[in-house]
Amino acid sequence: MKVKSKKPNLAEGDLTPMIDMTFQLIAFFMVLINFSQTESNERVVLPSSQLVKPPEKPLEFPIILHVAKDGEIILGGDSYTTETLSTGLRRELAVLRAEKKSPKDANVIIRGHQDVAAGQVQEIIRVAQDQQLEQFALRAKEDRS
Amino acid sequence: MRMRHEVEHEKNELNMTSMIDIVFLLLVFFVMTFKIVEMEGDFTVRMPLAGDSNATSDVTDLPLKLRLRADNDGKLTSMSLNEINLGTDFTKLRANVIGLVGTDEPAEDADGPEIEIDTDYNLRYAYVIQAITSVSGYRDDTDQVVKLIEKIKFAKPRR
Repeated sequence: MKVKSKKPNLAEGDLTPMIDMTFQLIAFFMVLINFSQTESNERVVLPSSQLVKPPEKPLEFPIILHVAKDGEIILGGDSYTTETLSTGLRRELAVLRAEKKSPKDANVIIRGHQDVAAGQVQEIIRVAQDQQLEQFALRAKEDRS
Repeated sequence: MRMRHEVEHEKNELNMTSMIDIVFLLLVFFVMTFKIVEMEGDFTVRMPLAGDSNATSDVTDLPLKLRLRADNDGKLTSMSLNEINLGTDFTKLRANVIGLVGTDEPAEDADGPEIEIDTDYNLRYAYVIQAITSVSGYRDDTDQVVKLIEKIKFAKPRR
């Protein structure tokens, strides 16, 4: 009888190493989690460049334009064409003016798909210029090869 | 004595089940939301409206002109820098830019040379970025970035 009563004790494994590992995994994923996913769009595959580096500080007053392969422009979750983009930009600029800033202070970040027509990007820049925007950033992914 | 010891031993055993449940939930959450982010960077292009730039530009300081031509599929067919034909070779483009502007740092008050990119409408954007990479600098042997042209602008879009 005494030997039998010891059996349940044998079944209890030591959970400490497993919990240690699990906490380490949680810590790893927590540190690496990216909260700025609004900046990316799965429809856009950026062209790569060996020279670009992640900016040391984020650009001030960014207006992020995603340009999909078919030329569709995504600004703040809404989709536009080059003809309708000015409405979207005006909305962004209204927010900017409420903060007492001029369009010249804004940075237009263009995240263009690598296969989109270059003329499409030029058209977007022209539309933005019509709204007095003048600082543009062409985004590319870092190529470390 | 023996009885007491057994009771104490039982008290020390914590029930881990609920904690492990939560921990695994957290782990699953972080694994599912995990996304490998590629490092991204920007090429800054300052392009005020054409009217303004004409008013301030100096006649003696004309920008270099880079013309990119494409076929119907958007593939690069030829490039020319100030009428020098470069084919589709981006290293040749970089060598020409170094020849034209040198690798010296511009004086602090000067903005340095300027380049105007004139591209066919349907050229793929990746080629434009490649061209901008070639004209704006290169990485030397020690992996340091040597800057060439920092002022980049686009010509009017061709339809």
